[in-house]
Amino acid sequence: MLDFLKSPVIAVQEFCFLAGRTFRNLFRRPHYAADIFIQMDIIGVGSLPIVSMIGFFTGAVLGMQMSKALMQYGAVGQTGQLVAITMVRELGPVLTAVVVAGRNAAGIASELGSMKVTEQIDAMRALGTDPVQKLVKPRLVATCTVLPLLTIIADFVGLFGGFLIAYFILHLTGAQYWNNAWQSLEYLDVSFGLLKPFAFAFIVALVGCYYGLSTTGGTQGVGRSTTQAVVASMILIFVVNFFITRIYVSL
Amino acid sequence: MVEPAAGMLEQLDPSAARELPVLRLDRVTVAFGDLRALDQVSFQMRAGDSCVLLGAAASGKTVLLKTALGLLKPQSGRVWVFGKDITELPEERLFEIRARIGVLFQEGGLFDSLTIEENVGYPLENQPSLRCPPEEIRRRVQEALSFVELEHTLEKFPSELSGGMRRRVGIARAVVTEPRLVLYDSPTAGLDPITAYTIIALIVKERDLKNTATLMATHRYQDGHFLANYRYNPQTGGLEPAGLARTPTRFLVLREGRLVFEGTQAELEASRDPYVSKFVKRED
Repeated sequence: MLDFLKSPVIAVQEFCFLAGRTFRNLFRRPHYAADIFIQMDIIGVGSLPIVSMIGFFTGAVLGMQMSKALMQYGAVGQTGQLVAITMVRELGPVLTAVVVAGRNAAGIASELGSMKVTEQIDAMRALGTDPVQKLVKPRLVATCTVLPLLTIIADFVGLFGGFLIAYFILHLTGAQYWNNAWQSLEYLDVSFGLLKPFAFAFIVALVGCYYGLSTTGGTQGVGRSTTQAVVASMILIFVVNFFITRIYVSL
Repeated sequence: MVEPAAGMLEQLDPSAARELPVLRLDRVTVAFGDLRALDQVSFQMRAGDSCVLLGAAASGKTVLLKTALGLLKPQSGRVWVFGKDITELPEERLFEIRARIGVLFQEGGLFDSLTIEENVGYPLENQPSLRCPPEEIRRRVQEALSFVELEHTLEKFPSELSGGMRRRVGIARAVVTEPRLVLYDSPTAGLDPITAYTIIALIVKERDLKNTATLMATHRYQDGHFLANYRYNPQTGGLEPAGLARTPTRFLVLREGRLVFEGTQAELEASRDPYVSKFVKRED
């Protein structure tokens, strides 16, 4: 039993060490600003098309589903409210994080994993660079910066998708939909809707880096690390989302 | 033996500094789980020493080199580099020590997203303790690449080079900082005999021209034979038999993490140890 638990406990411990070293290095020089901007481009700009598409179709589907339910109560005019609350509180942050996890946790794990198995990480340390400073920190800073921004875009595009359904299928006016959506959102909705992607960014970046840097066993190991990074980051996103939502509803 | 304090080596006069070991391992054990990759290994090298570390695959050669660099921490025993005990040093304080050690990794360890120029210039740009002015970097990179006769590859990426060329770039990167100790991890592994000879010739050239302490891990006895019996001739630009002027070279043999032999080439060839003698004969 103890042997069975040993490996996950060691993994959690090493993940915490990596997270601790990254936080400690956040304000230490050098900052590798160029690497941070490159990662923002890869993670942020690279994810923009897919995040926008998923946001748009999610908003549109929400518009259709909600209007069908609201029709029973003769409250189709409230569609904007339900789309806005669902997108901003839950689906915008979670879906964006899941997409970025699938795309970038995998990318980070495979890139760092390849560097590990070809001794580039050892070479980096031997040549005077801390891999946490050079590789992990820029990815964490970049993800924490772009994931909330991507979430805002996904929320807005989702609301726009809902609007198209409301306007063309439900025949609501633009003012009706947008006023209803805008007035339904409270300060807490928006702040928690932005706190979530910030927390998810830590998960995506650190889990990707952890699995990448702990890769062993050649190219097969890189594949294994990539899969594990995606699975672990997605599970953690949903678990952390549960706890943040629990805090939100208790306020 | 009492080791000097940190930084003391630089304050000593050059002759005294030469007498101190540049690398010393004292009963070092490195284990991964239940597997002992190094088991109570002790040896030392002085400035300008030439050492060949022989061993079969998985005998602990790479682990020994990584332990000497501080990339792996021993479970027991102590490691001194340039007179400084690095066993417990935190990573950020090891960078200064590593700046004075050159290393060639088994597969070259080149950064595949950087050009050859950026790869070779990497230690100069990233080692603050070397204090290399930015305008000097390109000149020193060109010098190092000329040393390995690859000055035309500055703008290329590692993936555009052959395996032997990548290894030569790795040597250029290892020596660009003008280190006092260079570690070579299986420099000829996976190379054809002609390319392997070119690599060994470069290692001998670096040792003879700059008098650097050289520790070469290899599974090929022939590589050690070249290091022990040949010297670099600056006139011809190639190797020649050194005769009596040969650089004294020590051979170390690792077997499953244990150092089972340490001595000269003659002693190695005369050894009656079944593993050592089999090793020598098989590779001869």
